[in-house]
Amino acid sequence: MSTSTAAQAPSVSRRTSTPMAASTVSMRWNWFLLALTAVVGALLPFILTPAELSVAMRVIIFALMGIGWNMMSGFGGMFSFGHAAYFGIGAYTTAFLLLDVGMSPWLGMIVGMAVATAAAVGISYLALRYKVKGAYYALSTFAFAEMLRLFVMGNDGLHRTLGFTVPVLQGDNWGMFQFSADSPNYFWIGTGFLLVALIVSMVFLRSRAGRFTIATRDDEMAAAAIGIPVLRHKLTVTAISAAITAAAGTLYLQFYMFVDPEIAFGHAVSNNAIITAVLGGVGMLWGPLVGAIIVAPLSDLVAALLRNPPEWLALLSGQSGLDIVIYAVILIACVLVLPKGIVGTIVTRSRK
Amino acid sequence: MAQSPAASLTPSAPAPNAEAPARPKRTYNGPSPRTLLVTLAMVVTASVLAGVVSGSVTVLFQALITGLLTGGIYSLIAMGLTLVYGVLHIINFANGAMVALSMFLTYAAVSGLGLHPYMALLITVPAMFVLGAAVQGTLLNPIMKAPIHTQLLVTIGLALAIENLLLMIFGPTPLSVELPGDHGVSFLGASVDLSRIYAFIGALVLVALLWLVLHKTRIGTAIRSVAASPEGSRLVGIDVKLIYVLTFGLGAAATAAAGTFVSTFTTIEPTAGSVFNLTAFVVVVLGGMGNVPGALVGGLVVGLTEQLGGLIFPGQSPLLTVFVVFLIVLFAKPQGIFGRAS
Repeated sequence: MSTSTAAQAPSVSRRTSTPMAASTVSMRWNWFLLALTAVVGALLPFILTPAELSVAMRVIIFALMGIGWNMMSGFGGMFSFGHAAYFGIGAYTTAFLLLDVGMSPWLGMIVGMAVATAAAVGISYLALRYKVKGAYYALSTFAFAEMLRLFVMGNDGLHRTLGFTVPVLQGDNWGMFQFSADSPNYFWIGTGFLLVALIVSMVFLRSRAGRFTIATRDDEMAAAAIGIPVLRHKLTVTAISAAITAAAGTLYLQFYMFVDPEIAFGHAVSNNAIITAVLGGVGMLWGPLVGAIIVAPLSDLVAALLRNPPEWLALLSGQSGLDIVIYAVILIACVLVLPKGIVGTIVTRSRK
Repeated sequence: MAQSPAASLTPSAPAPNAEAPARPKRTYNGPSPRTLLVTLAMVVTASVLAGVVSGSVTVLFQALITGLLTGGIYSLIAMGLTLVYGVLHIINFANGAMVALSMFLTYAAVSGLGLHPYMALLITVPAMFVLGAAVQGTLLNPIMKAPIHTQLLVTIGLALAIENLLLMIFGPTPLSVELPGDHGVSFLGASVDLSRIYAFIGALVLVALLWLVLHKTRIGTAIRSVAASPEGSRLVGIDVKLIYVLTFGLGAAATAAAGTFVSTFTTIEPTAGSVFNLTAFVVVVLGGMGNVPGALVGGLVVGLTEQLGGLIFPGQSPLLTVFVVFLIVLFAKPQGIFGRAS
């Protein structure tokens, strides 16, 4: 995105596409927003009803997926269309290790993150090695996720299409990552994950490696020419991205206690990760969280509105599918009206 | 850099480097004889392997026939997709939903107006052409220079909207369209439905028609010119935005024809098209993105791979083999089996 705008206004476009450029001011903002997220995350369970809290939980899962996607595609410049693969690997590894080996989901999560990272680095290495780029790269990630879904659906050890159900334990059990249904612990843990993911992103983007990564995204030729090890930085950012997404998978599993191939590797998962990040702002640290706050509750809001419709909407009540139609219309409208995403637009405006 | 989405879509961007993605410069770059031979040899090897594993000639023969016929359907569905990608460089994710929409239009024409299913083509093709042109004109033309994910999200939104509108209007009950006089015919021990044979012929006719439109008409020449260089086309006075609109309309019309043919032998439901979505992408990449005749061959290869893979690896989803082949081809020959390196 830098190339097309750079011709007209180099200085502006550099700044908007690399949020770390205006460093000290934005760093202070980042720490402030981080603290705000922590406070809000800590207090929300006292304010919301259990039903609302489960929507908030979905916001966190979406945000984590979006942050993962944004790392690789927003900052790394490699458009992934198959982040369901890493989400699914996280969820399935944890579920498999929990049910067949009896391993605690905490450990399972670490293993899942490691497996997802290995898979992501492997596939990205192949793609970069063989110079699969642009739309072809996007389709190769898509195919990878689909392959995993089909593999799981045909594998007896992974219960084919039935998926895994996490056995219910009595009471709260920190060791097994399981709490009673309306316990706020899930949300607090999720907030913790979110904070860790955000801090990891911030630290990485501020580091030498992160700056090199963004330089590589903006101009790979130039970056390689001044001696930046392009491949290594691309693989690093891919690894971080996959690990965050896999953690989201484990969080999903432990919260909903169930996972099947469609939930884990389905195409909707990749879509959600992309939509969340794009709506908030691609290549923006806070984009995915803002996007998730809008995307995750959308279908619930529409569904709730249609259950008790106001007078003029009465003829639409009880129509299945309408919530998704509205979701789709909002999605298209947002993309057309706010091409830089919400955070991207705000940042651009405030710098003018 | 090359995959920074905007760069690969902005025509004015300087060619980044020598190994830039092999973006097809022409809508036609036909399969070379050598690659055709190699592909054929691999298909023969796979057939022999499948025959040995299954241990029955009849089973193998049935698989080959089914594979070819299914492959024809895949080609049909991928045709519009590859045309749109070749000219507009948009991965049209709504392609599957448009197939479903065309199926429902066929159903409505057959059950409501009492038409013969194939006569419904007279309704679905123009209707979808208008719809496609409208989509391009209103939604996609303003964002032609935006990053790849912007266009992708619009087509995803479109797919969701179409599928769920169909769900709202027609309900979740699966429907079907009966082709008068359709029955299974036996061919050297393999049984085949007539409707599938017609669909296969339909695929061949459609390729021929598209080829004629692209190569023998002024509009087609303009479309190919825009695919090769939008800037250059603008300089010689071609209305590039109009060509985009016409191309998307043409792609949608091809998809409409596919939907009508397919509706005679599949259950019609809102998600019936997106089942083909995945396969259609594979076909498009195998054939070389933007390569219309390539899509025909790619479809046949995918159809055969699916059937033979099902025989060689029983118990696994046949599509799995397709995706493995897809990834291998993507890495080994990213411009598609039948694409040529630029």
